[in-house]
Amino acid sequence: MKRLNWLFGLTCLAFASSGFAASGKLLATPGVSQVEGSAGGGIVPWAQLAGYASDDEIAINGFCSRADVSDYRLDVCGAQLNIYDRVEFSYAEQRFEVPALNTDIEQSIAGAKLRLYGDIVYSKWPQLSLGVQHKSLDDGSIANLLGAKDTSGTDIYLAASKLHLGALAGYNWFWNTTFRYSDANQLGLLGFGGPDSDKELLFEASTAVFLTHQIAVGVEYREKSNNLGLGEQDWQDVFVAWFPNKHVSVTAAWLDLGSIAGAEDQTGWYLSVTGYW
Amino acid sequence: MMKTLFTFVFAVMLVGCASSNNSTLYQQINGEQGVEKLVDSFINQIGRDEQILAYFKQTNVAHFRQGFITHLCSVTDGPCEYKGDNMVDIHTGMNIPEKDFNRVVELLINAMDEQQIRQTVQNKILSRLAPLRPEVIDI
Repeated sequence: MKRLNWLFGLTCLAFASSGFAASGKLLATPGVSQVEGSAGGGIVPWAQLAGYASDDEIAINGFCSRADVSDYRLDVCGAQLNIYDRVEFSYAEQRFEVPALNTDIEQSIAGAKLRLYGDIVYSKWPQLSLGVQHKSLDDGSIANLLGAKDTSGTDIYLAASKLHLGALAGYNWFWNTTFRYSDANQLGLLGFGGPDSDKELLFEASTAVFLTHQIAVGVEYREKSNNLGLGEQDWQDVFVAWFPNKHVSVTAAWLDLGSIAGAEDQTGWYLSVTGYW
Repeated sequence: MMKTLFTFVFAVMLVGCASSNNSTLYQQINGEQGVEKLVDSFINQIGRDEQILAYFKQTNVAHFRQGFITHLCSVTDGPCEYKGDNMVDIHTGMNIPEKDFNRVVELLINAMDEQQIRQTVQNKILSRLAPLRPEVIDI
């Protein structure tokens, strides 16, 4: 986390002093930052690339998020770079706190996303992007103990997103679907793969309605594999995202993460803030 | 969770249906008078934005005003037919980038806010103008 704080500080300083800020997209259309560092919702990466860069701009964003459920807490901070709204690079560090074992699990995630086609507002077909997330546990001892095959792994995903102007009784309607090829256990925090399981294709989706220019409410769903035989369940959330301007967004959500490492009914709050330059 | 979603979508639709009626978008923005006020607001917004104003240096404002009034009237199902210059001819050679196109969309949204046009009506107007983008940018 310390490295990241430095990175943040330097980035903020550099960009605050230069007065630079990408603002070529319409308000709210880049979405927010998901827990693995990519532009998306809260738990699902979307087809949009992070930040307000249009095809001749560069954007840099930083975010921090906290998920607080019954028996665990996850803190994430990260940053994204958007180059010409064609490619997104992201880096995030996660700290997963397990009070029962008096221990933390830390994981870093480097991501890249390529926009293959379209624009969520204007193109006839949905915007389409291909992404990767390479995840690596700092200390794999708990993952190994639980029977995970690896302590690092790479997810690949294909995401499609579309914003339909005025489509729902005059309100703007957004949807995203993502197919992810992954063997990560609980995002990778519990390692990758299991005794006799391989990578599989998983389905994720989000949908939201804009109540005003600045406020969207929606739901998300993320299918999970159960490689460790610990009863890992699909994730869901209900969220409100607030975009007061093109420099900041705040997202609050209610999470239902099911069973995590044998502890059932993990529900709780999520709060995330993204800053855009 | 799905139940929550369905309830939510259903509620949004109910509210939407209750507040909408059979009138055209043109009537919902107060017809001729409303369109004129909106276009005047929009022109004021452009006048205050250096970046966008630069594209209008050669423009006859009265001609633009009348053209956009007729265009909006036609797009919102009012009793007009836009017979002015076509979008491609107007914008060819201007090389308008994505970000400036979006900036103009934002100025139009500001103008609609200024004229207190309901959010749902704003979105419907934008959804009718959005398909024109390929006839405007990067040409």
